[in-house]
Amino acid sequence: MTNEKERFEEKNPMEGFLRMDRIPHIWCSGCGIGVVVTSFAEALKKSEIDLNKVAIVSGIGCTGRVAGYVKLDSFHSTHGRAVPFATGLKLGNPELKVVVFSGDGDIVGIGGNHFIHAARRNMDILVICVNNFNYAMTGGQVAATTPIQANLSTAPYGNFEYPFNLPYLAEACGATYVARWTCLHIRRVTKSIQEAFQKRGFSFIEVITPCVTIYARRNRLGDGLNLLKYYHDNSEIQHGADTRTLDISFQGKIIVGKFVDKEKPTFLDCMNQHLAKVLGDKYQSYGAKP
Amino acid sequence: MKADPKGVLTGAHYLDGDFSIAEGALAAGCRFFAGYPITPSTETAERFAERIPFVGGVFIQMEDEIASVAALIGASWTGIKAMTVTSGPGFSLMMENIGLAAMMEVPIVIANVQRGGPSTGLPTLTGQGDMMQVRWGSHGDYQIIALSPDSPQECFDLTVHAFNLSELYRVPTFIMTDECVGHMHEKVIIPPADEVELVERKWYEGLKDKYLPYKPDKDLVPFMVKAGDGYRFHTTGLTHDERGYPVINAECQEWCVRHLTDKIKNNADKIIKFEEDQTDNAEIVVVSYGITSRVAYRAVQMARKTGIKVGTLRLVVVWPFPEKRIHELSKKVKAFVVPEINYGQIVREIERSAAGQAPAVPVPHMGGWVHNPDDILKAIKEAAK
Repeated sequence: MTNEKERFEEKNPMEGFLRMDRIPHIWCSGCGIGVVVTSFAEALKKSEIDLNKVAIVSGIGCTGRVAGYVKLDSFHSTHGRAVPFATGLKLGNPELKVVVFSGDGDIVGIGGNHFIHAARRNMDILVICVNNFNYAMTGGQVAATTPIQANLSTAPYGNFEYPFNLPYLAEACGATYVARWTCLHIRRVTKSIQEAFQKRGFSFIEVITPCVTIYARRNRLGDGLNLLKYYHDNSEIQHGADTRTLDISFQGKIIVGKFVDKEKPTFLDCMNQHLAKVLGDKYQSYGAKP
Repeated sequence: MKADPKGVLTGAHYLDGDFSIAEGALAAGCRFFAGYPITPSTETAERFAERIPFVGGVFIQMEDEIASVAALIGASWTGIKAMTVTSGPGFSLMMENIGLAAMMEVPIVIANVQRGGPSTGLPTLTGQGDMMQVRWGSHGDYQIIALSPDSPQECFDLTVHAFNLSELYRVPTFIMTDECVGHMHEKVIIPPADEVELVERKWYEGLKDKYLPYKPDKDLVPFMVKAGDGYRFHTTGLTHDERGYPVINAECQEWCVRHLTDKIKNNADKIIKFEEDQTDNAEIVVVSYGITSRVAYRAVQMARKTGIKVGTLRLVVVWPFPEKRIHELSKKVKAFVVPEINYGQIVREIERSAAGQAPAVPVPHMGGWVHNPDDILKAIKEAAK
């Protein structure tokens, strides 16, 4: 039995992974971002990778704040530009494991062009996209991921635009690892991040999270617990599902799972292999040899 | 520190300005280039892409200019020297992350081979219309360094110098050339590697847990570390304190923004570079930069033949601006004559620095071609009356 003193001295199990001097964080109660950060920290711990060689890049928005709380080389960049920033880090020092941790608005809204090109090049980075279906930091505007009918401040009569199906987009552009979970699937998110850490190539993990303060309130969906219950009752694990079938309708079924897991030479592999073949011994190989 | 011979193409060459920028970058130790094609700057990217496989480094063609600068900043944080090149429309797209580079205090080098603007303007023809954009283009207050070469040789020399300044002051540094110099072929002498002087970034060497990424040193420039070296530091585009942590209040804003500006302002005397000729007893001083200084020289020669005492001041470093020198000269001269391939941009700085003691006469040209020396001569004669 722990006595009072021992309990008082008990440390946060994530302490080594977080900047404790920046806690408390800014996220609302009931928000799912912190849960994904916990899964991420857990995955780092389980993977036993050298934390000095992991760099994390965020863009702007609620999830954009993740880089500020994680005790790694952490970069809080501009809106939508986390992916090209990460590209520079990776190419500057190929030894680094580079993770982009940002939101749906950041990665596939304003940053959509960068996302598709990094996937096309098979840039060796992991992109974790927290999808809360709206631009939450600015007060809940419609996003490229908002399901049809959902009500947001710039779609006051409900959204009528087709949303992106992110796993389909990622696969179509060339990603070598694609998974989707909700933040209720804590252990599965952790496992996916662990798997992605082991991969070389463009990995993409979408995590659907509740935005209680805005998305749930505007759409009268209740509190965080109600949304987790919705995930519980409506998400269906279908590993290897055809990514074309993964659209999400308003409060409809959410297909989750690991959809793509394949091997393909990365950007640097291709560069080194191609130039060595064409230029022979004169070519100065760059970074770690494949 | 001497240059790595692998990147230095020692010898006498016949190169255009764009190629010389690429050679200058390689000589300076630049091993990362992320860019997007745009006339009239593309040749620099082409040259770099062709040469880098034999030197050891990366060339990547990004999806746009926004991504190019984002990639430079990421790469620079790993300790590698990084550059890109562009022209007007691409320069406009870069402004967002130029602000980030200024805020994060990251050394990067950007060359702008200027063309006529605004908008798509004159893709293949010259201009000098981005001289204020380079100074003020991204939102908020910050300072940068900008150089203006007037020949392919100077494109080489000033690119090396731009890297040195950028590393020394942890600031985005610009080579503001133009289509004429970019596409002009001239003799370019590339010295042996041991004659190319390079500056090493100020690396932090103290205790890992004591590192503060934004604690100013005596010269106001904070020490830097590399991503991956175990410092596990944080940096952000938000207003931040010495730790690099965001602090959203007026006090921190005051400290942070003053620092970004003072870092360059207080070191301006060391950065500023210009060339003066016959200004001692001059009644008129022609102030110019880049290609226009070569055109102006013809007008100056003609004016001198008519007996007018004309001096010249050529800006090699345009930003920070040599306001003290202009102010000194303004006490002695009758007028400044300022030809530029724009509607009058740097002339406003001269007017401000002269503070009413001597007029600054603009000789504007909207771009597409250089001035006719006769137009500059006419302005000199008018001003000398």
